[in-house]
Amino acid sequence: MECVFGLVGNGFAIVVADTSAVHSILVHKSNEDKIMVLDSHKLIAASGEPGDRVHFTEYIQKNVALYQFRNGIPLTTAAAANFTRGELATALRKNPYSVNILMAGYDKEIGPSLYYIDYIATLHKVDKGAFGYGSYFSLSMMDRHFHSGMSLEEAIDLVDKCIIEIRSRLVVAPPNFVIKIVDKDGAREYAWRESIKDAGVVSA
Amino acid sequence: MKLDTSGLESVAPFLGVSSELVGGLSGAPYFELPNTANFDRFQKDAIQMVKPAKGTTTLAFIFKEGVMVAADSRASMGGYISSQSVKKIIEINPYMLGTMAGGAADCQFWHRNLGIKCRLHELANKRRISVTGASKLLANILYSYRGMGLSVGTMIAGWDETGPGLYYVDSEGGRLKGNRFSVGSGSPYAYGVLDSGYHYDMSVEEAAELARRAIYHATFRDGASGGVASVYHVGSEGWKKLSGDDVGELYYMYNPITPSTVEQEMTDVAGP
Repeated sequence: MECVFGLVGNGFAIVVADTSAVHSILVHKSNEDKIMVLDSHKLIAASGEPGDRVHFTEYIQKNVALYQFRNGIPLTTAAAANFTRGELATALRKNPYSVNILMAGYDKEIGPSLYYIDYIATLHKVDKGAFGYGSYFSLSMMDRHFHSGMSLEEAIDLVDKCIIEIRSRLVVAPPNFVIKIVDKDGAREYAWRESIKDAGVVSA
Repeated sequence: MKLDTSGLESVAPFLGVSSELVGGLSGAPYFELPNTANFDRFQKDAIQMVKPAKGTTTLAFIFKEGVMVAADSRASMGGYISSQSVKKIIEINPYMLGTMAGGAADCQFWHRNLGIKCRLHELANKRRISVTGASKLLANILYSYRGMGLSVGTMIAGWDETGPGLYYVDSEGGRLKGNRFSVGSGSPYAYGVLDSGYHYDMSVEEAAELARRAIYHATFRDGASGGVASVYHVGSEGWKKLSGDDVGELYYMYNPITPSTVEQEMTDVAGP
């Protein structure tokens, strides 16, 4: 099942997501990127029904871009998180989206932040959070080893510990994960952790 | 006065696997264990539950020379084979193909509709639509009908300015970009043959043979797939149908009858 988790460190926030696209017992794809770059300094890691996940995160991404075009300045992470939560809440009693979101961002005055947004529009600002079956393993690992102001090396080490734990203990553990980071230099992909490589296309 | 015993009923589901999504919403899929009321049927029921429901086998993959697309041609209504000659590879336009899995009418109608939208795009923008754009158009249409019972599991394969493109689009709103897909009830069988025989650097003949073989093996094991294995190739000049072989005949091609020595022969008993 889908595993998404993330944590806040010293001047950065990290989110990790599995990369399996699964339909019942079939794995259609094992390198599907579920962490969307929302804008220059924000990331959305989403898990949930495939159609809803892509559609809803793209909708948020376009609206965040629209705000920046209209007003000339980008939204803060808190504002984007609250907007996202508002959209989920409005749709909840009519046409709900089955998407769980971890939003990570960096703002110049505030620093890094992580927001936990549930499929029923719960919103919390957190230091560490997780969704999916993997959360049963990664949450306690993070509770045990996390301390505020972790360095990048410590944080990546903790992330790897969580991934190893998920791989060894979860019965339908996803083989591959992607790690993305956001800090003062922006939001970008940090690394992949692959245990199954797709016999892929040689890039043109 | 009727005694209200609802408070005594257990809240936990029967066999206890539930995710964080217990509750009213028809939310993300979760692993549901079958109730083992009938022990003897348990295994068969479990397989039936996870088997992809769309009674067909279609596959497509990208390789060095373009995209290879293949499908069977059987239509089934439950246990009745309603047709052995259904066209499951739909020609959207001369350089893009769509495959059909799920509801035949849904697939045919929406692919035709997609072809119209692609042509309108060409007329409005004076250039061909990309495979990315075409698949996104279809995915958005299907997404807007989600929950209303459309059943479409399709692959959009084509060649555009960026080279070969392959997308999987389904009626739940999912859209995946990839190099290799198989859709339908026979897809697990086809995946096995496809994955083990796949190289990026295949020739067109090798790729066609791989596609044909994968469909054949799926039709052999899956009752809802059969008929004719059609193979199409999408290259830089557009699509071209390469072959359409009856899978019954393919069986004898792959398993030729060899004359074998007779071990025992029945002879008449000699007279009294």
